[in-house]
Amino acid sequence: MEATLAILIGVLVAVAVWLMLSRNLVRFLLGFTMLSNAVNLAIFVAGRLTPSAPPLVQEGAEGFASAFANPLPQALVLTAIVIGFGLLAFALVLTWQAQARLGTVRTDEMRVAEPPPAREAK
Amino acid sequence: MNGWYAALAALLPLAAAAATLIAHNRPRLQTALSLGFAAALLVDSALLFAAVWRDGIVVVQASGWAAPFGITLAVDTLGAVMTLIAAITGLACLAYATAEISEEDRRAFFHPLSHVLLAGVCGAFVTGDLFNLYVWFEVLLIASFGLLVIGGSKAQTDGAVKYLALNLVATSLFLLATGLIYGLTGTLNMADLALAVPRIENVGVLNAAAMMLLAAFGMKAAVFPLFFWLPASYHTPLVSVSAVFAGLLTKVGVYALIRVVTLIFTHDPAWTNTLLLWTSGLTMLTGVLGAAAQNEWRRILSFHIVSQIGYMVMGLALGTRLGLVGAVFYLVHHIVVKANLFLIAGVARHLVGSMELKRSGGLYVAAPWLAILFFIPAFSLAGFPPLSGFWAKYIVIKAALDERGFWIAAAALVTGLLTIYSMTKIWGEAFWKPHPDGAVAATEAPRAMVAPIAALAACTVVIGLFAQPFLAVAERAAAELTEPARYITAVLGARS
Repeated sequence: MEATLAILIGVLVAVAVWLMLSRNLVRFLLGFTMLSNAVNLAIFVAGRLTPSAPPLVQEGAEGFASAFANPLPQALVLTAIVIGFGLLAFALVLTWQAQARLGTVRTDEMRVAEPPPAREAK
Repeated sequence: MNGWYAALAALLPLAAAAATLIAHNRPRLQTALSLGFAAALLVDSALLFAAVWRDGIVVVQASGWAAPFGITLAVDTLGAVMTLIAAITGLACLAYATAEISEEDRRAFFHPLSHVLLAGVCGAFVTGDLFNLYVWFEVLLIASFGLLVIGGSKAQTDGAVKYLALNLVATSLFLLATGLIYGLTGTLNMADLALAVPRIENVGVLNAAAMMLLAAFGMKAAVFPLFFWLPASYHTPLVSVSAVFAGLLTKVGVYALIRVVTLIFTHDPAWTNTLLLWTSGLTMLTGVLGAAAQNEWRRILSFHIVSQIGYMVMGLALGTRLGLVGAVFYLVHHIVVKANLFLIAGVARHLVGSMELKRSGGLYVAAPWLAILFFIPAFSLAGFPPLSGFWAKYIVIKAALDERGFWIAAAALVTGLLTIYSMTKIWGEAFWKPHPDGAVAATEAPRAMVAPIAALAACTVVIGLFAQPFLAVAERAAAELTEPARYITAVLGARS
């Protein structure tokens, strides 16, 4: 199971890196989505995969009767998903604004904040 | 009671964000609340610093969950100093903003976002948990996105895209490294990590995670070669926003670097320190050379943030106690000076109508008071005695010479020299040269703009003239950093 997930994470990261190297902002953001999913999966696997009971102590018992799933990575992943969602929402609106105000979503055409020096010299 | 001071450092700005949001439709009340909470944060952080100075490291276990199981807040001298200086900068910039921002900017949630940003910054300084640090980084990041685009000009959208893209990469790296470290050690409490990391047998994965963390923090701190987002975006937003960014955001990255390198990744200092030393030298030189090529107030200053970050990382990279003393002193000096220079750039624009040096001039005649106020931080930045920058540079370079690091000392001195070049360029173009239109547009600036600048300049002069107490604080911070056992015992109790 770990091996399958590790390969999946590797594929996701590879696709993400390929997409993020694009000059198109939309593709970059798709890549970021993949990357954050890959990272979340990695945290999940790092917490050890245990196909067993939920981490709940039975009523009256002093501790766990059997092996239990590690709840901490799930809490971490949940936090990371929420944060990633917030960042992505902002990023999408910013992309839309870039299209509306700058007329492009290609990063090599965005030279407003840093105009190329050749143009200043003319 | 000490614990409450630490918790309030993060909670007060969050409460301020909520309160200013509720008062959104009542401009005067919102501004008053915003400044009131910023002042309260300043008082709280001063009390926190006093508590840390008196009683040692302040530790809070959230909800009474014993470390390492719950979320720990742990404030040592470094954390307390950083919180205090963040509160000072925050208050100064918010006061400046009252004269700067338009009703439209205010309606774009300037005040709530500023306080969320402060919450993120202070939270990062007081936390003792790696994942919690990640969360505070995200808090300040998302607030900084919102602040960056207030005003909505083309240049801002452009700058924000670059800022966003590189920070998203840094964030993912930070999170992945955190996950890997958790997988290796089973803990995220920083003190517990300091104990667990030396016992790890799988050094390969550990090194991979450590390098990812260094890259992520390096990107936040804007070190070579990861700084390109900074000069692409810092000259675009509101002046008060760029001043807060310039003062605080990169320094959170430096703080995180100092924290993990001195506390957690101590297993191979030769490799880490060599890497950091090279990085710091290249950061100083590329930053200062980049600045020399610029002709706009804030673009020059943005590149100087990069070069100055190099000095702090250099202090850390030397790995000696004196190096850390220099890094801490540099942090304090630099935050005050840099935020102030950005604010002064705003006043200069208010008076001459532009931040382009070509279209500026005549300020020395029109506003000699501004010339004096500029002179103090500018020449402190360049390291003129007796201003604060001289002591900061002196300690860092002395530490380098003690370690026989002649090349890095030479790089630091050359950078200082080139900084003078940039500052005299601004001085010559904006102050001495006659204004291209013949006369300056205005000679008076609103008092709310000048007062924070004067206060921050006073801080610089005080740090410069009475350096001894500040040095004592930096020495104690460095002593705590070089003996992580104290931090670990304070957080985990005597069980270690």
